[in-house]
Amino acid sequence: MSKLTLKTEGNTHVVVTRRFAAPPEAVYRAHTDPNLIQKWLLGPEGWTMPVCVNDARPGGKIRYEWTNDKGRGFHLTGEYLELEPYGRIVHVERMHLPDPTPDNHVETRFDADGTGTLMTMRMTLPDAQTRATMLATGMERGMEASYVRLDGMI
Amino acid sequence: MDKMLHLDAAFAALADPTRRAILARLAKGEATVGELAEPFEMTQPAISQHLKVLEDAGLVERRMDGTKRPRRLAKNGIDAMDQWLAMLRKALQKNYDRLDEVLAGMVPPKIKRGEKR
Repeated sequence: MSKLTLKTEGNTHVVVTRRFAAPPEAVYRAHTDPNLIQKWLLGPEGWTMPVCVNDARPGGKIRYEWTNDKGRGFHLTGEYLELEPYGRIVHVERMHLPDPTPDNHVETRFDADGTGTLMTMRMTLPDAQTRATMLATGMERGMEASYVRLDGMI
Repeated sequence: MDKMLHLDAAFAALADPTRRAILARLAKGEATVGELAEPFEMTQPAISQHLKVLEDAGLVERRMDGTKRPRRLAKNGIDAMDQWLAMLRKALQKNYDRLDEVLAGMVPPKIKRGEKR
């Protein structure tokens, strides 16, 4: 039930879906409460998020800073555009590697699915080239990790 | 580092719909430039240009067959890309597996107050 799907859509979108056992209220909170975000949004083993700013209101700032046990680090900044508790979040984000990547516009929906939640995250990149670059670089966090099922493409 | 650059070129090559269509065609079997140009409203030189991008990215290779140079998918390049994507997918899955645990540890507010949903 928890199977992740990742696919590209058109030339500039990436869509990720995932089911969770908890209801939308809980999944929404886990995406907007800094204390909860710091527990899971970490990417590969060995990374932590010492700084987590998440001001969940329209215009509110997002800042995540990651570091690993080898002293490497990078960060992400973003802004909230729309929040509809507990069903929908729209925000923009960019990675700093250290140069900022083009803005990734992200709409995340939390739909009730039985007693659980179906999350659908739809990313929109400015152009096909940016999406391609996003697929190839800056992936440590894993959330930016967009995935193209090669079966669907070739 | 070289491998990284190579992957970058591979993903950049995939950003173009014509090149994706060429790969889709080659996934069914090898083809000459003329055969590849046929379904597109494009000249052979235009198709050759796209093929060059795909070859430079390590996704397509050419075979010698007399005077013909049929193109085919380059297994190594495709495999490297697949492995990279599998790694990324794993990192993403790891996040959500952790989120499952976080959610399991959260007490639903309504139940906490002893109410039924």
